[in-house]
Amino acid sequence: MPKQPGDASTQQVSLWRRFMNQAANVFAVSAAVLVIVPLVVIFIYLVWKGVGSLNWAFLTQTPKPPGELGGGMANAMVGSAVILALASAVGIPMGIGCGIYLAEYGRDRFGDLVRFTADVLNGVPSIVIGIAVYSLIVLRQKHFSAFSGGIALAIMMIPTVARATEEMLLMVPNNVREAALGLGIPKWRTTLSISLRTASAGVITGCMLAFARVAGETAPLLFTAFGNQYWNMNPNQPTAALPLQIYTYALSPYDDWHRQAWAGALILIVMIVAAVAAVRIATTRGALKGAS
Amino acid sequence: MTAIPALANAATERRVSVASSVLQRIRTTQPRSSRLPDAVFRVLILVTAVSVFAIVVFVVWELVDKSRLSLHQFGVGFFYGHDWDPVNDQYGAMPFIYGTLVSSLLALLLAVPLSVGVAVYLTEMCPIRWRAIISFLVELLAAIPSVVYGLWAIFVLAPLLRDYVEPFLARTLGWTGLFTGPIYGIGMLAAGIIMAIMIVPIIASITREVLTAVPQNQREAVLALGATRWEMIRMGVLRNARIGIVGGIILGLGRALGETMAVTMVIGNRPEISKSLFAPGYTMASVIANEFSEATGDLYLSALVEIGLALFLVTLIVNALARLLVWSITGGAAGRVRA
Amino acid sequence: MGVGIEVRGLNAWYGKHLALKSIDMTVPANHVTAVIGPSGCGKSTFVRCLNRMHETIPEARADGLVKVGEMEVYGDGTDPVEIRRRIGMVFQKPNPFPTMSIYDNVAAGLRLNGFRNRKQLDELVERSLKLSALWDEVKDTLHKKSGASLSGGQQQRLCIARSLAVEPEVLLMDEPASALDPISTSKIEELIFQLKQHYTVVIVTHNMQQAARVAELTGFFLMGSLIEYDKTEKIFTTPADKRTEDYITGRFG
Repeated sequence: MPKQPGDASTQQVSLWRRFMNQAANVFAVSAAVLVIVPLVVIFIYLVWKGVGSLNWAFLTQTPKPPGELGGGMANAMVGSAVILALASAVGIPMGIGCGIYLAEYGRDRFGDLVRFTADVLNGVPSIVIGIAVYSLIVLRQKHFSAFSGGIALAIMMIPTVARATEEMLLMVPNNVREAALGLGIPKWRTTLSISLRTASAGVITGCMLAFARVAGETAPLLFTAFGNQYWNMNPNQPTAALPLQIYTYALSPYDDWHRQAWAGALILIVMIVAAVAAVRIATTRGALKGAS
Repeated sequence: MTAIPALANAATERRVSVASSVLQRIRTTQPRSSRLPDAVFRVLILVTAVSVFAIVVFVVWELVDKSRLSLHQFGVGFFYGHDWDPVNDQYGAMPFIYGTLVSSLLALLLAVPLSVGVAVYLTEMCPIRWRAIISFLVELLAAIPSVVYGLWAIFVLAPLLRDYVEPFLARTLGWTGLFTGPIYGIGMLAAGIIMAIMIVPIIASITREVLTAVPQNQREAVLALGATRWEMIRMGVLRNARIGIVGGIILGLGRALGETMAVTMVIGNRPEISKSLFAPGYTMASVIANEFSEATGDLYLSALVEIGLALFLVTLIVNALARLLVWSITGGAAGRVRA
Repeated sequence: MGVGIEVRGLNAWYGKHLALKSIDMTVPANHVTAVIGPSGCGKSTFVRCLNRMHETIPEARADGLVKVGEMEVYGDGTDPVEIRRRIGMVFQKPNPFPTMSIYDNVAAGLRLNGFRNRKQLDELVERSLKLSALWDEVKDTLHKKSGASLSGGQQQRLCIARSLAVEPEVLLMDEPASALDPISTSKIEELIFQLKQHYTVVIVTHNMQQAARVAELTGFFLMGSLIEYDKTEKIFTTPADKRTEDYITGRFG
């Protein structure tokens, strides 16, 4: 082969190419750092600002009137617990049921439709869900309530739980089902006691993820649970919730309330991170055979 | 001997047909005790599935029904009217559409390079033993609730912008018209930044999936030609994954469009259209969050619901498009559960 | 023109596992040398050490003397990128770039090396495709068809053209025809025969008949060591080592 100037075989790797390679390295590493930095900073702030305000009063008292120091978010924490309990009581069974349908019965066009619908539901902005539930329930009942808030959050849980359930059930090998059916165990029993039991760890993961996601949601509660400065154990009345309280306090002009907002946020984060970490540990410790 | 096989065949055939009809009977007559519960179970399960379908139908119905008033009153002009005036019952949604678009686009502009960069780092460059912990940290970003991001944005990000970043931008890039006007800290820039942080995890996660789905032999093919690692990534990985990456970006856009709390807390909540990023703005989700509970009057409420309906439709289309693109690369695997 | 390869004391590891044990081998220029052996014997590893592809696997490394022409592959200042441009590789499963046209596939390596002139690229692409006996079949659809739309045999020839475009001195082929049908395989073998005029070819194959057909020299690997290395004819008719004989006659592998 005749050699020409600029011939590929006589060139060294050019300076430009070396530079671009290094630049790309620097860029990618910087991106990783830049992404992790806000996370670290936010956590530091939460702990710094929040821990100082966490005291017994905060955990046991209700809010004091605006301008007065002290008080706490006890009612918001309990209220959140009530709303989340309602949400889970409705959302988890419905999600699991839908997931069972998709995995065991829904391999046809209608199943595709349901799957598509669940995906649509997953993408709906949470504030829009809030409007819809307001319209569906609050307007008809003529008052805000923990119940309507629970329903709004349940609607948001369903797609996540359903998807997780479907995936986990699909991973249960068919011969397990056939073995059970061959022993004379009816289909409903097989699905519940055998398939679901086998998939249970993954399904629980899905539920916890859904729970962690809605635990921090504020928007759908804005016009359903609405919030409450006082104790309320009646699910049919407006109820305080931790994210709502944080939101209200953050926007208020009072320093003491800002302080309490940080404390509330810290509690919320600890709860959610604990759930997410538990999920991570469960999935990587091999407690789930063949899952995720 | 020749006659017997024929006879034997006939006998065998008879035996087979008897056996099969017995089996048939066994299959169709289950013990009575399980037929009813099976049917009941099936119905119950079907009901939950149908309910999911019904929920979406109800949501759409309520949105359409409650926005009817406003739809009739303002028609299409609702979407390019500039005036949001509850006092005089005049409602135009343009300021919110503008605010939503600008804040989302700004968020994408900031988030996409970061997300793709992190994803490339994690899949192609990161030492294996650090991969798990760094990817866990990135996913943890997705677990932080919006209201906590908002809290941080009000008390940490906004002052930072007000005291250091925005004056700097005004001095250096003020001539562009994007960084002019009074400096509050709060405003479109703050909203865009906090939104960017919030959508990085979703874009990064999908990008990682599509990058991992690129077969190893493509990477080797590029390296064997005498390529640097960056060239290998560019030609052998990113190029193959670009459709999926675009899908991930669009999914991030969908998330940004519907983002409410953090944005509401730092965007300033003023229904104005302004070129400068320092100015306060208003998004479709924010106006609903702020004004819905206070809305007196049916037309006011209806206008807000109409904005909600528009938001629903836009996110619907955006998300559907995104999923289409991502599934074309990963073949459905991206439907995996993610926080 | 091709150059010779000299290997002295080449060791290769996957993590802690020593996969190649002190290999000594001299590959003459402009010849086809085959490397045979049972699965897991290290023949692929050996070849991948020649162009430093082995170390792209995490935890893998190699050292020893490998000289390609005047160039020390594992020398202190040597850039693996440069090595890989000068030593081309064709893989077992054809791997054309699916998002690029046939033209762009062949031009990919050229563009990496800074070739921008359209006329120059046209000439070089044509030359490479002619060298790999693919030109006549694709010359009308160079820009229209994607690399992945060709048949398996054509894809492999496309990959060969792609490798040849950057003018390597050595061409390494890791079981290039094992994923192909017999007709494509014979076309590839014909091609290899032509290529040795310009390049030095090292071909890994598990197919002994193929080695007998295309290669002048053959090396037999077993469990990470080079057992025997000689003229192909000698290896297949009167092997010196019993293990070679056992492999040839099909007693194992």
